[in-house]
Amino acid sequence: MSHIVLLGMNHKTAPVEVREQLALVCRTHTDTLHMLHHLRCVEEIYLLSTCNRVEFMFTCSCLEEAVQEVKDLLKLHLGSPAMEHSDSYFYVHHDMDAIKHLFRVASSLDSMVVGEPQILGQIKAAYRSATECHTVGVILNRLFHKAFSVAKRVRSETMIGSHAVSISYAAVELARKIFGELHDKKVLLIGAGEMIELAAEHFVAQGVRHIIVANRTIERAVELAARFRADTVPFGHILDTLKNMDIVLSSTGAPEPILRFKDVKLRMRERRNKPLFFIDIAVPRDIEPRVNEIDNVYLYDIDDMQGIIDLNREERRKEAERAEYIVAEETIKFQEWLRTLDVVPTIVALREKAETIRQNELQKTMGHLPHLSERDRQAIEVLTESIVNKLLHDPILFLKQKGERDSRQVFVDHTQQLFNLSNGNNACTSSLSEGMMRPKKQNDLLKNS
Amino acid sequence: MIYLVRDYETIHKVSWGVLLVGVLFHTCAIVLRSVAMGRMAVANSQEALSFFAWVLVSIYLIVQLRLNLRILGSFVSPLAVLFMLVSSLLPNNIVPISGAFKSAWVVFHVATLFAANALFALAFSAGIMYLLQERNIKGKNFGYLYLRLPSLERLDKINYVCLIGGFPLMTLGLVTGFAYAGTVWHSFWNWDPKEISALITWFIYAILLHERLAVGWRGRRAAWLAILGFSAVLITFLGVNLFLHGHHTAFVR
Repeated sequence: MSHIVLLGMNHKTAPVEVREQLALVCRTHTDTLHMLHHLRCVEEIYLLSTCNRVEFMFTCSCLEEAVQEVKDLLKLHLGSPAMEHSDSYFYVHHDMDAIKHLFRVASSLDSMVVGEPQILGQIKAAYRSATECHTVGVILNRLFHKAFSVAKRVRSETMIGSHAVSISYAAVELARKIFGELHDKKVLLIGAGEMIELAAEHFVAQGVRHIIVANRTIERAVELAARFRADTVPFGHILDTLKNMDIVLSSTGAPEPILRFKDVKLRMRERRNKPLFFIDIAVPRDIEPRVNEIDNVYLYDIDDMQGIIDLNREERRKEAERAEYIVAEETIKFQEWLRTLDVVPTIVALREKAETIRQNELQKTMGHLPHLSERDRQAIEVLTESIVNKLLHDPILFLKQKGERDSRQVFVDHTQQLFNLSNGNNACTSSLSEGMMRPKKQNDLLKNS
Repeated sequence: MIYLVRDYETIHKVSWGVLLVGVLFHTCAIVLRSVAMGRMAVANSQEALSFFAWVLVSIYLIVQLRLNLRILGSFVSPLAVLFMLVSSLLPNNIVPISGAFKSAWVVFHVATLFAANALFALAFSAGIMYLLQERNIKGKNFGYLYLRLPSLERLDKINYVCLIGGFPLMTLGLVTGFAYAGTVWHSFWNWDPKEISALITWFIYAILLHERLAVGWRGRRAAWLAILGFSAVLITFLGVNLFLHGHHTAFVR
């Protein structure tokens, strides 16, 4: 029986220097996967390399040797002092644990930010390059397709990805709850710092086209505006600009509020009470808290945003628990499929043997009957085929059904003895000794009946 | 009489189907009854309510097709169920066919007013949803409802669309009512309680529409007024039918 092994390091087990070194090597050696040809014990292999993790997944028949081989190869390629303690950075999972680990990674349960969606795309890309190098076979193919569907299931059945955990993302989500569509909304950015820039990126990604930047230093405002194809207004004109804005994001170093209750209240009538959404992420605050009391005005300060994020983290944690359950469930299902693989060689051998007999006998008979027409020959051929198929149908079905049970080895042994299949399996030779007595028993049974 | 039974919780497709089937059955029931009576089955309070539930759900289904706003259903269907329940509790008096009923005016009067009321009921539901969601956002309270309810602007838009559709219909319905009253009783205005409360209702909606168009009222106040308006509709529709007497009671005993 072949093993599935996962060997790798991630942000939890290895410091960033080691990870980046390994990732670098894996990336520069585009033919990393071709290393497979140097690995004697490894059958199928795949390699994932992202900024947070480097992982190998492979199948083999001898567990220890294969793991050692892959590790040696890594050390050989890296060969740096950092790798001296490499064993403590690596984790090795095999079989059930390896499958589970892959499913968890694909579902973004093992990510630094749980629920982030990029990892699935990275795995898909890694899998694609493995298929291009022909280093994956039956087992890994099936395993990865399963991993993709598990990830999809987790995403659709839990809300793991739907809770914003960054301030700018939370701001966008809130804006959606107020305005619905954002593409025709106008955003005013007060200040030009890093937070503002990050938020601007998010709003642009959500389809916002009209952005206006107001900053005390014009150079920085123009610079930022150029990046998002935005306009700028003088800092002193902010209040007049309010009339046409829908979302206002503020983060300045001003010691006093820039927007006061009565200023905003006056502007609301001008804008015919259209909703106005303020996000104030400055400390000290740029917008008077009382502004939130105005009808159709919504004000969120940094603490409110932090509150949302904390809440969302908690939600994500809960959702992650449900996701873990799905992963466990799917792991067991995959394990079951893997077990049915054990009976496959026996089934193949059974079919091969029957086919060989059929061909031999057919040749003999045909030799004796040279006078037959082509049509008659074909008819006989079809006849033999269908006899063989019908005869084998039930035993094969039986084996497939038993394949999921733990007792499958007994049935595999019996089948091999019954049909005298010698396919060089270790299991086969071991069971031969006790097999000597079994036919007797069966003969007895036959006599009795 | 067949009830509109529905499950408005989780599987929207199922509930949509159930609503649709419910409406179809309900349609059959109303048509059969109308045929049996030889007149439109809106003559007494019970029939009128059941007819109203039917109009409400039908209009909801149409709006749903256009706006695809599933959660509205969970507010509209309980309302319809409520109407059906009240309808089944009321005595089922069979009103003799009176001459006053055989007129195209009456049919038009009833049809437009019912459609208007159904639209107002939708505006009412959207108004409640708006207030709930507004409170969530203002109060920074993010529960289950916050996630489920649609955006404020969308709810406000529904409120507005229903108002724009409902108000002209209501006006038409009232005008035909007056015109008909003029032909039957030779007086357009009879100080009938139903007439008075209908006029009050009309004024509420007129104010709402005016404020929306001219002053730019929206959001919370508009939602409150839509709720108030629909309460007035209910008073006109039920309260007057059941507790006060006027010449409308001739039909709606």
